[in-house]
Amino acid sequence: MKRRVILSAALSFAALLPLLHAGAARADTLADIKKAGTLKVAVPQDYPPFGSVGGDMKPLGYDIDMAAAIARDLGVKLELVPVTSANRIPYLTTHKVDLVISSLGKTPEREKVLDFSSAYAPYFNGVFGIPEEKVSKAEDLAGKTIGVTRGTLEDLELTKIAPPSTTIKRFEDNNGTISAFLSGQVTLVGIGNVVAASIVAKHPPKKPETKFLIKDSPCYVGMNKGEPALMTAVNASIAKAKQAGTLNQMSQKWLGVPLPASI
Amino acid sequence: MGYHFDFSDLWGYREVFLKGIWLTAVLTVVGCGLGISVGIAGAASRQYGPKWLRVIVGTYVELMRNTPFIVQLFFIFFGLPGMGVKLGEVTAAIIAMVINLGAYSTEIIRAGLASTPKGQIEAGETLALSGSQIFRHVVLIPALKRIWPALSSQCVIVMLGSAVCSQISAEELTFAANFIASRNFRNFEVYFITTIIYLGLAIGLRQVFRLIGRYVLGAR
Repeated sequence: MKRRVILSAALSFAALLPLLHAGAARADTLADIKKAGTLKVAVPQDYPPFGSVGGDMKPLGYDIDMAAAIARDLGVKLELVPVTSANRIPYLTTHKVDLVISSLGKTPEREKVLDFSSAYAPYFNGVFGIPEEKVSKAEDLAGKTIGVTRGTLEDLELTKIAPPSTTIKRFEDNNGTISAFLSGQVTLVGIGNVVAASIVAKHPPKKPETKFLIKDSPCYVGMNKGEPALMTAVNASIAKAKQAGTLNQMSQKWLGVPLPASI
Repeated sequence: MGYHFDFSDLWGYREVFLKGIWLTAVLTVVGCGLGISVGIAGAASRQYGPKWLRVIVGTYVELMRNTPFIVQLFFIFFGLPGMGVKLGEVTAAIIAMVINLGAYSTEIIRAGLASTPKGQIEAGETLALSGSQIFRHVVLIPALKRIWPALSSQCVIVMLGSAVCSQISAEELTFAANFIASRNFRNFEVYFITTIIYLGLAIGLRQVFRLIGRYVLGAR
């Protein structure tokens, strides 16, 4: 019995070998995409405003718009594959998807296993505030009061870089920080741009403006290594969207702010 | 049980703890002092006041006793700015504690006033005491003496309830604990110490009330 199990395992492994070989030999995903007529893209479904599920059960968001633009430029149909932040890279490396467009930031660890396109979306932590507050760097916070969510990157960074005369009000969660800003309890907040977008979405009388960056980590399209043709096509598509103002429109629509010059 | 206690990390945060204890103490002393004053005024109004005043105070008491403290706090801190009343977090916390304790202590003190024997007031009148003298010496102080244990318990509840004020960024003891825990992730040690501090504060507050009861009100 045991021997038969081993035998069948060996046989199935042998049967898989040519497949593995084919996988390694496949170097031009772009040609495969054109041949199949579909572009498979991993997108978030639980991370608004980058990707979430709308009332009609269709995915929507910044990342989905970007995926649609690339598929349109390639002249193929788009197939969206919902992923989580934990499994988005495995989906790519096992060729279940052709691209990852899932608010993916660049890190040295990730650069070892995949290639990044040029940046397509802003993602940063910063100080935001009402237009009347003239603040453009950490020193300008002297004597001012700023709201943050306790224990976040913004809290830790501002605690380090803000002058001693700054009052940092720490709230329990993003909702507390947002409420403090909306109610006028604080006129400056240290938050992520996604959180700022959710404030803008509430149409407050005074919209939060970006004052200065704390940490910048824009989003890139991820693809497998060794795909020069695909990389060129994706970068061309992003460059086109940038030039035509589509990226700026997407930034306005989903994040409530114009596309920063750094992208 | 593979957890290693490590309190050494907390020593560097002793100032944060001390500041937290200080604000909790300030909130408690001011909150209880003003809250009991509101309670005395409320109880007297509800017991002896005209009908319209009794209705107003009654509405206030029921409104406060039937809504959660944290909602009252959020209403004052996040809600009132919408009506143009912007209060700092410490002021908002004190007001919330005062109106909350005011409502509860109104009912506790009213129970004391209501249990004053009629003959005691008549005795005061016989001695030709004025109305305010009767209220103070014949009615109020004996009434407070009777309900003092219940009132001190309510004040301890309010002191422990001040932990909620960390939600509006008031930097009291619970804020200090959360702050430290989010910096060094030594949650067990931080909340262990915090629990002991609260316990100490509560026992201390009861002692203070016992001494006030004995030397100011002359109880037992």
